[in-house]
This record gives sequence, structure tokens and C-alpha cells, in this order.
Amino acid sequence: MKSAVILFPGINRENDAIAALKQATGTEPTLVWHGDTELPKTDIIMVPGGFSYGDYLRCGAMAAKSPIMRAVAERAKQGVTTIGVCNGFQILTEAGLLPGALMRNASLKFICKNTHLKVENAETRFTNLYSAGEIVEYPVAHHDGNYFADSDTLDRLEGEGRVVLRYCDVDGKVDPATNLNGSQRNIAGIINEAGNVLGMMPHPENAIDPLHGGTDGRNLFKSMVEAAS
Amino acid sequence: MSSNDFNSTPITPELVKEHGLNEEEYKLVLEIMGREPNINELGIFSVMWSEHCSYKSSKKWLKTLPTKADWVIQGPGENAGVIDIGDGQAAVFKMESHNHPSFIEPYQGAATGVGGIMRDVFTMGARPVANLNALRFGEPDHPKTRHLLSGVVEGIGGYGNCMGVPTIGGETNFHASYNGNILVNAMTVGLADTDNIFYSAAAGIGNPVVYVGSKTGRDGIHGATMASAEFDDDSEEKRPTVQVGDPFTEKLLLEACLELMATDMIVAIQDMGAAGLTSSSFEMASKGGVGVELWLDKVPMREEGMTPYELMLSESQERMLMVLKPGCEDAAKAIFDKWELDFAVIGTLTDTKRMVLKWHGEVAGDLPIDPLAEASPEYDRPWEPTPKQDRIDPNSISAKVSHVDALKTLIASPDLASRRWIWEQYDHLVRGNTIVRPGGDAGVVRVEGTNKGLAATTDCTPRYVMADPVEGGKQAVAEAYRNLVATGAKPLAITDNMNFGNPERPRIMGQFVGACQGIGEACIALDFPVVSGNVSLYNETNGVGIMPTPAIGGVGLISDLGHHATIGIKRDDSALIMIGAATGELGQSLYLKTIEGREEGAPPPVDLGAEKRAGTLVRELIELGLVRTCHDIADGGLLVTVAEMCLAGNIGADLHLPEAGSEVAWLFGEDQGRYVIATRDPDKVLNAAGSANVAAVIIGQAGGDAVVIDGGDKVSLSELRELNEGWMPSFMAEAV
Repeated sequence: MKSAVILFPGINRENDAIAALKQATGTEPTLVWHGDTELPKTDIIMVPGGFSYGDYLRCGAMAAKSPIMRAVAERAKQGVTTIGVCNGFQILTEAGLLPGALMRNASLKFICKNTHLKVENAETRFTNLYSAGEIVEYPVAHHDGNYFADSDTLDRLEGEGRVVLRYCDVDGKVDPATNLNGSQRNIAGIINEAGNVLGMMPHPENAIDPLHGGTDGRNLFKSMVEAAS
Repeated sequence: MSSNDFNSTPITPELVKEHGLNEEEYKLVLEIMGREPNINELGIFSVMWSEHCSYKSSKKWLKTLPTKADWVIQGPGENAGVIDIGDGQAAVFKMESHNHPSFIEPYQGAATGVGGIMRDVFTMGARPVANLNALRFGEPDHPKTRHLLSGVVEGIGGYGNCMGVPTIGGETNFHASYNGNILVNAMTVGLADTDNIFYSAAAGIGNPVVYVGSKTGRDGIHGATMASAEFDDDSEEKRPTVQVGDPFTEKLLLEACLELMATDMIVAIQDMGAAGLTSSSFEMASKGGVGVELWLDKVPMREEGMTPYELMLSESQERMLMVLKPGCEDAAKAIFDKWELDFAVIGTLTDTKRMVLKWHGEVAGDLPIDPLAEASPEYDRPWEPTPKQDRIDPNSISAKVSHVDALKTLIASPDLASRRWIWEQYDHLVRGNTIVRPGGDAGVVRVEGTNKGLAATTDCTPRYVMADPVEGGKQAVAEAYRNLVATGAKPLAITDNMNFGNPERPRIMGQFVGACQGIGEACIALDFPVVSGNVSLYNETNGVGIMPTPAIGGVGLISDLGHHATIGIKRDDSALIMIGAATGELGQSLYLKTIEGREEGAPPPVDLGAEKRAGTLVRELIELGLVRTCHDIADGGLLVTVAEMCLAGNIGADLHLPEAGSEVAWLFGEDQGRYVIATRDPDKVLNAAGSANVAAVIIGQAGGDAVVIDGGDKVSLSELRELNEGWMPSFMAEAV
């Protein structure tokens, strides 16, 4: 099982991504530099979190134009499992691989804390080891995680089961009080139409070890590995 | 000034004064130079002899601090201290102030403080793995406090979050003495291999002097001089002297430097911090006993028309100076090209022990190195000891409110309210190694790839230091020690960040001298040496000084993360045990201040022998796996400590009252050297304490959903949580 982690200048959660992929796949992921134009043969592509290009201009906007992103888009089109977390999600939306945009948090502040999430669709290649409606806990750490799309797009995402994760409380209640960053309809993670590209703001890679205080993130990586093998 | 009239600018007494040099000092300048300096040379003397760079008032006393232990690889004098943590690895750390800039421009001041301290650490070859801070603001009601707090927190987060270094701990105080002069102290801990640590002593005549990182602009000129003067009402006009940070560039600089450090090309390296190119070049040359010729026209410049004076004094951020081995220039440049950073050979090492500045071939300055660096002036300033205050007799305080009401008031007070609003704005999880998050006694990060943990904390109780600098100095070190022990770590070493008022006032100098004495005594008794530090003096506005604030940053090692402790009571905990003895010290306590409205009395004395015995016992109990829940008793005393443990674990407790003596002193005294632990094995713990000659007594039982006093008066955890968590968010949400 091969995986690749894409590195842009300013990315800083590659360590965390590498640890999670290594734990799930049993092998060291390949690191791919943003200036490269070719991707190695890989079953999973991960775009990790951080501040690519310092978040200057707009989060993810410059990274989305990097040479390697053409190769990522091509592989994603071929159906390779592709996940973008946090800045990675922002990059995938800026690159047009996922709909919508991530705006500044409603509080206008950076938020780092654990949050509960409801697994809305457990039949994706990213969530098939969870059960439908399961409540999981991952941390978030972002300044711009406020998901926005127009209502037609949102209706379509909902109708096609493409809203995968929603912010909620410990009992699974989804409402404005449990919406930590102002996202439309509490959306924390979505997939593309083909179901092989996931973008999400929370960090499953920071919930994979009992010493992290929880291991709920493991099944997300394991699901990808099972689906790809 | 145009670029070539540096020899024609007249050096008037006014110009000398503007450069912060007094008459005596200027006489010394003339003596050293053997002639009148030109403007460039005057500027260099000004920053190198500023308090900030020369430590001229403090070094006599700093030299008395203990700096050695078997595990110390590098003590004070380098960019950061280095300690051995076993297995060929080292922890590299330092704390530094950015007080004056943060008051003038809180976001950039705090951000560049964090950027500067991280550079100090990665200059040594270490990857930063944890940030902490120690913040002091004016009283909450002061009109500037919200603005400053909000800007400082955003600045710290803005820089640290982007760098991908978790901010795992810190402390925040409010007091009127900081109304016009806040304190922003930032600490970074890094990890390096013991056989790949980099130092700043330049060597190798003819070796290239290389500049890397950002271009030089006009920002921060005379920042070090500003940091060495008092504030007055016009200080905000100094805004242009505050540097502007670019964490993205620093992230690239970090990765490029670490990549270069993995090769064998660097002879010496130093970051350009305060006094920029001047202090980095002088310090490197002075330490190496060599001379330097600098070609200033080769320095990468951000703006057109910059002068040698500006280039030498700019404090533009994200820059490094290094000496490379000859012939390595191209290979080194390739690394910086990859990271899209400037790289320029701007000089060469000479055997003259002089700094010769060249500007398009013309000599723009020529100075001896040592008198400006290692051999800069040293003062023995007159000082007065602080008069002792009387101990508060615990029986003289009778409870005016119920103990539960006092707890409710204290836990919602600005001194003790939860700091969650602050630390949730810091990414405290990035890198995936954070094991103990902010909000406990010390933050803990895993040493990547091992089962070891590094614990780190920042501590000082300024009101104790104000009342008694010697005991307060001891207490700051002892509290850092205790906070590390409470996680199960062996305390290894400290960094000190000495924030004081104007040292030219004997009373203030006496505070500094007393605090150094107390810190020194505690370091020796606890085997906890000082390996790095920073001094910030002249923290005064309109003649009113801050409370003396020697902030201590402590680092310890957890040898097996399988056995560490956190403050939250766990499901299987039954008994609560207090380790350490109490005599009922209410002087300078938060109870006295908050409930009685009195800021007075002798602070709690520190018995360093008892401190060491209690610390060793607690650490061993945690290492043995007998204790997983531990919290040191600090601000607010026993009842507040237990309440914090209950809130963190969401499990209540019933606390016994003593059969005799003052209940107030028992519940709210701030006696030192104490911990509360929760355990399911109280007998084993009590036996171990008996054998170790450490006082230990069962103080209550864990369980339920309230904090109960002797089975009677109580407060539910949900009410307590609302009080504790509510203060800061609602304070910050109020319109100014």
C-alpha cells in the first residue's frame, strides 16, 4: 500500500500526516515537492495542513496553482483516493477538486480544540469503518474553516450524500450552538461527485494514539487503506 | 542622510544623547576610537552598549547564577542553552522578552518576539518543538488592556501557528503595575542531536561571511535602544521602530537552515535579533577572537537608498548570519535557492580583531571588536534591599464569607479564571506530539520517535517578588520545578527572563539583586541550573515601575510517557492526598487580595530542602505508576487546587476541614512545596511519604459532581465551570 504526501512551502502538519499514513499502511509515505510535475505510483494522496505560502493572498490559492497540482488533479480524476485536511481542504477547493470555499471563522479567531463530529455518510471509502451517525472526536486547528457554498450546491451535496462530517455535540446534536466556525449547515467534510476526494477541516491525524487522548481518527485512515487494497 | 555623507555628519552632544550614550560612555568611546566616531560608528556603539545588548547593569549579578550540571552541554552566552536528554539527543531552549514593542504595537511586537526566540533555538541546530509564553497585562479595567491582550494573543498565535510549532503552555497575570508597560516573554524548546549543535564563534581567517533569509529594510532601527529606555506619553510615536514579522519566511528559513545543518558546511551561525547585523557580526567575531570585513553594499536590501547606518542597525526579521567553510558557497546557496530565500556573501573573516565596514569600496566604519562586545562596560549600580514585611497571622483573618463563596469568587477572578480563551487561539497540537495540553501544570511533548517526553512551564509570582525579592526569586524557580514534577518529569534546567524597572533607581536595583540571590539559591538546592536567559530593564512609564517579574522557564524530562500525570481526577481515583506541610501562609495570597482587598504581608517562605524531598517523592510515585493525577498547590491555595482538579476531570470531591487551626489558612493559604495527588492506593502513597520524610495527609475523597466542604457546604461542578470559564470570554467580549 503506497501513499504520497504533497509538500508546499509553509505546510506544517506533514509530520502528523506521515505518522497517520504510516500507522495505517505500514509503510513510509513518499514526500512530493510542490515544484515536481510527476507523482509516483500511489494508492493514496494526502494534502496536509499548514500555511502554504503563508496563507497570503487567500488560503490555498497559491498552492492550488503549483506544478504538482496538475498531477494531483489528473490522478484524482483517475479515481485515486485523495484527502485534503485543513489547509489541504482549502487547497483542494481552490484547485476546483471540491466545491465551495473556506472563509474566516465566524469568531474571526484561530480555534484549536477537540470537537465532536457526526459521520453523516459511512459508505464512503474514507468512512466505511465507522457506522452511520457515529459521533467521533477529532481536534481542529484553523483560522479559516468556515465552509461556504451557495444553497443549490449545498442541496446537491446533501442530496448526493456528499456531506460526510458535520460539527455536533457529544450527543450528535447539530445546531448553531455546535457549529464551531460558522460553516454552512455545520459542514466539516465533503467528498467529490465520484467519491474519491475528501476535504475536511478537522485533524483525524491528531487523534491516532492513546497519548493524543483519543484514537477516533484511526478508522478514517484504515478505511482508506481497506478501500484501496 | 544620503549614503556617502557618513563622514560629514557632525557628531554633536545632542546626537550622542539621542543615541542613548551618557557623557561618561561617550568619553570611553573617544578613548577607544582614539578619534571622533562617524555616524555609523556612533550608531554601533549606541546599540552594542545599550542595556538590551550589553547587560551592563545586570551582568555583575547574572554571573552569580549557577549554570552547571552534568547534563548541561551549553550554559548562558550562546543563542540558547543546551541540555542532554539522553540517547544522543539534546533540548535547546531560551526565553526572551519583547515588552516594549508589544506595548506599542501588540500584534507585531508579540509575533516578532516569538519569531526571534524560535530563531535563537534553530540557530543552534535544533528543531523547535514547543513554544510557551509568560504575559503580564495591566488591570482588566484599564482602557488598553483588552486591546493589548487581544493583539498579543493574536500575534503569538499568528507567528507560532504558521511556523507549525505547538504553543503548549504559559501564564497570564493582570496587575495595575503593568498598565503602561506590559510584559511579553516568549520561550521556545527545540530538539537537536548532541553531535550536531551549532555555535556562534567565528573561525577561519578568509572564510566567507554569509547573509541568508529576508532582505533588510528600515524596520526596527534602534529597537534595542528603545528597549533600554523608559516609556513616556509620547512612546507610541516609536511605532516605526517595531519590526514586522513574516512567519512564512521564517518557516522557509527554518527548513533551509536545518537542511544546511545536515551537511558539513557551517563554521558558525547566529541569528540577527536585537541590533541586527551589528550585534550578530560583533558577537560572532568577539567569541571567535577574529576580525571581520563587511561589504555592506552586498547586503540584500528591501528598499532603495538605504545607508550603511540603516543596514547596520535595522532589526528586520527572519535573517541569519553565518560563516561557511571555504568553497561551500555554491552548495549552500543551492539550498537557499530551493527555499527561495536570499543568500549573499557579505564579507570575510580577518585577523585584525577589528570590524571594518565597506560601502562600495570606501571605509564606512572601522571599530575594535572586543570593547563593543565581550568587554563592554559593566556597572555596579547602587542598590537597596527591599524592606521585609511582617508575616500575616493566620488567626487574624476571620472568614467574612463562606468558604464556598470565597472559592466561587476566586475561581472567577482575573487572577484565577481559565485562560482557555487564550490558548485555544494557539495551535497546541501541530506535529502530533502534544501529550499534555495547556491548562495543566506543565505542557508535555513527546520526543519524536521515542517514548520520552519533554515537559515545559513558565512561572513567576510577581506579588511575592515585590514583597520579598529573595523569597520571590526562590519561589519562581520552585514553582517551575513543582510544575514539571507534577507531570512526572525530572526537572533539568531553567531559562530566566528578568523583567524589572529602571536599574538606576537603587530600590529597583535592589529587587534585581534580591531576585538573583533567590533564584541562585533555589537553582543550587534543586539541582536546576540556569542555561540561558534575557534581561529587560527600564520597564517603567512616567516613572512608575512594574512589579519585579523574573519569569522562569523550566524544562524537564519524562523518561517513560507510559507513566505521567495530569491534573484531572480520574475515574478510579479515590483518595485525595496533600503532599508537603502547611503552616497557613496568607501573606500576599489571592484570598487576602480578592476577598479581603489587601495586597500585603510577607509572601510564603520557600523551604528548598522540603521542596526537593517532596518533588523527588512525587516524581517517584508517578514513575512507579501509583499516581496518575497530580496538581501543585499555587495561587489560591488548596481549595482552588482541588477545584481545578475536579473541573479538569469532571469528577467532584469532598474535602475535610482540619480539627484545629484556621480554616481559612488551611483552605486558602499559599504555603509552598505542596501538591495534591489523587490515587486509588492511599496507603502505599502514605507509606512512601513516611519513608521519604515528607508530610502527607489524606485531605478528602474523590467522587460526585460537586466540590463539597466537610460533607456540607458545596458548589456543583457545572456552576464552578461556568464561573471559571466565563470570566475571560465575557471580559474580552465587552465593548471598550
